[in-house]
Amino acid sequence: MKIGIVGYGVYIPKYRIKVEEIARVWGGNAEVIKRSLKISEKAVPDFDEDTATIAVEAARNAVKYAGINAKDIGAIYVGSESHPYAVKPTGTIVAEAIGATPELTVADYEFACKAGTAAIQTCMGLVKAGLIGYGLAIGADTAQGAPGDPLEYTAAAGGAAYIIGKKEIIGEIEGTYSYTTDTPDFWRREGEAYPRHGGRFTGVPAYFKHIYNASIGLMQKLGLEPNDFDKVVFHQPNGKFPREIAKKLGFNPEQYEEGIIVDKIGNTYSGSSLLGLARVLDTASPGERILITSFGSGAGSDSFSILVKKEIERKRGDTPTVEEYISSREYIDYAIYAKLKKKIKV
Amino acid sequence: MEKVAVIGIGLTKFGELWESSFSQLFVEAGTKAIEDAGIDGKDIDAIFVGNMSGGRFIEQEHISSLIADYAGLTPLPSTRVEAACASGGLAIRHGIMGILSGFYDIVVVGGVEKMTDVLTERTTQILATAAEQEWEANLGMTFPGLYAMMARRHMHKYGTTREQLAMVSVKNHRNAVHNPYAQFRFEISVDKVLNSPMVADPLRLLDCSPISDGAACIILASKEKAKEFVDNPIYIIGSGQASSSISLHGREKLTVMDSTVNAAREAYKRAKIEPKQIKVAEVHDCFTIAEILAIEGLGFFKVGEGGKATEEGETEIGGKVSVNTSGGLKAKGHPVGATGVAQAVEITLQLRGEAEKRQVDADFGLSHNVGGSGGTAVVHIFSK
Repeated sequence: MKIGIVGYGVYIPKYRIKVEEIARVWGGNAEVIKRSLKISEKAVPDFDEDTATIAVEAARNAVKYAGINAKDIGAIYVGSESHPYAVKPTGTIVAEAIGATPELTVADYEFACKAGTAAIQTCMGLVKAGLIGYGLAIGADTAQGAPGDPLEYTAAAGGAAYIIGKKEIIGEIEGTYSYTTDTPDFWRREGEAYPRHGGRFTGVPAYFKHIYNASIGLMQKLGLEPNDFDKVVFHQPNGKFPREIAKKLGFNPEQYEEGIIVDKIGNTYSGSSLLGLARVLDTASPGERILITSFGSGAGSDSFSILVKKEIERKRGDTPTVEEYISSREYIDYAIYAKLKKKIKV
Repeated sequence: MEKVAVIGIGLTKFGELWESSFSQLFVEAGTKAIEDAGIDGKDIDAIFVGNMSGGRFIEQEHISSLIADYAGLTPLPSTRVEAACASGGLAIRHGIMGILSGFYDIVVVGGVEKMTDVLTERTTQILATAAEQEWEANLGMTFPGLYAMMARRHMHKYGTTREQLAMVSVKNHRNAVHNPYAQFRFEISVDKVLNSPMVADPLRLLDCSPISDGAACIILASKEKAKEFVDNPIYIIGSGQASSSISLHGREKLTVMDSTVNAAREAYKRAKIEPKQIKVAEVHDCFTIAEILAIEGLGFFKVGEGGKATEEGETEIGGKVSVNTSGGLKAKGHPVGATGVAQAVEITLQLRGEAEKRQVDADFGLSHNVGGSGGTAVVHIFSK
């Protein structure tokens, strides 16, 4: 039985702040930061936007794209590290907003930046087992970066929703493979406002090790080589890391450039690799094969191989694309940013 | 002084060794040195190990016992020696004294530091404990700040240029390309140094040695005992150690590191040689200015002329004196407790003729290890 993506939808808030503006406030060298992080601006949520509203917007787009009745969704999992409530699910808000209640199962996921892909895997299992017809997996975040921390240049907001099922799929998921260890490279304890990280330790022993092993593991499992893929997408905390890992895995720019959008919207954490995948799906042709590997600190990676199906040409067109969200933008200064991100305490 | 033989050497790769623990590092370096010397555990009489701050970096004190235990060398006497970044050099001196006193015939001298288990801010804080807490660290001073003041004064008094400081880094990176154990095996340009992020004016990021993990080990033996095991011993013929005020404000001059001058004087006197006979030296370039101060304080160049000598290539491989052929602290890496011992490893390789693409023609070599901003200096002189 083939299972895969029935539909997907994205959402990116329209406000942007440029690297130059953040650097101006904190005395950073914008040119050096832009060059080293390969990022120019990031998306900022409005005062009343949070992970729940972003997840709802993306879910609505996904349901519309899929052309299904929301009542047929049997499970919703929302992956995020910025759930608005510590206790009380984001998923129920989404379920109610799209009209999927009450006959379904819902839970929130957290695995740093990879909770969204973990949600996809759960939905795959439930669909494959015949327990549900459709599962909705969402990765969304309003990422936190402490003022003045290098993270502030990249921590952004956005999300993507994927409906997993077996009927009228636009992309068959050929297989998935995960690589997980206990590696404390980035964390936020209960009650803390901002995450802390191990600096350079987030690189080689965390991001690179896990994405590399998950991607290699998937290719070995499916008997595929780098040149079997038309497009590849990786978690993108900045513009440098995904390009480096892509090269290390043996992919060329034609394969990986299209899926890198972090330079225009920043790191949307749980939304990051899923938005990159959406960007690629927006223009993908039937028959193309896509590799996507997420990364979540703590640490783990989920890798998927997706074969684009004919159905994609019929279904696309009625929902906003990633490019449309990227180009619908309004720049703000640090003062407005501080207000919107509630960094000004009153 | 009576000479003491170096009969074995061992090094780990220096760098961010995320996959290696403190114990794994010193066991690796120690095993290599013991194998290199062709000795057995039963031949060893004692262990001396240099380590700056196991207690703060990895919450482990009692390093001496840990090392004897993990190296499988219990019940041998094991002693930890600490003098901040000069801990390794000082451990060598204690090994030498152990042999020359007649207490021991063969000793293992190790140096080890695991610095990357804590965040960078914490590392800086831990390193700052080598400065005087009451008058320097507690007032916000860190090592880049202290060395920046020395650099400023040297530039003001002798016209040492910003470019000359950069050339120290450029040379040491060039040397490290040929050292398989070095942390940074790539070249950099003067321009790149001058445009790297500012740390403490005038010192920029690429003027500073990195945070590193690593271990080094040498096996010392009495000259009689050495002959039983190896036919290529290198000898330590001079040793000097000196203290100075721990804080910078206690020094007579900012432009002369008097502990270096005094330690060098003792070492040359014991070795009965002159500075000009040294053709290869590993000096303590924790910051670029520190190498300039070192090559002046060790008597290779007149005070005030270290920058010019560097610019003119006199410290390059094959120059008047080849300085930091290993890449130095800047490019080889600086796991603080290991550095002094790693310097001895490089000089031994050079005098054995095993330094490959960085080989220098030399009869005498020197190692120079500094603690803090110059509160301690240790100098050793080696010969074939």
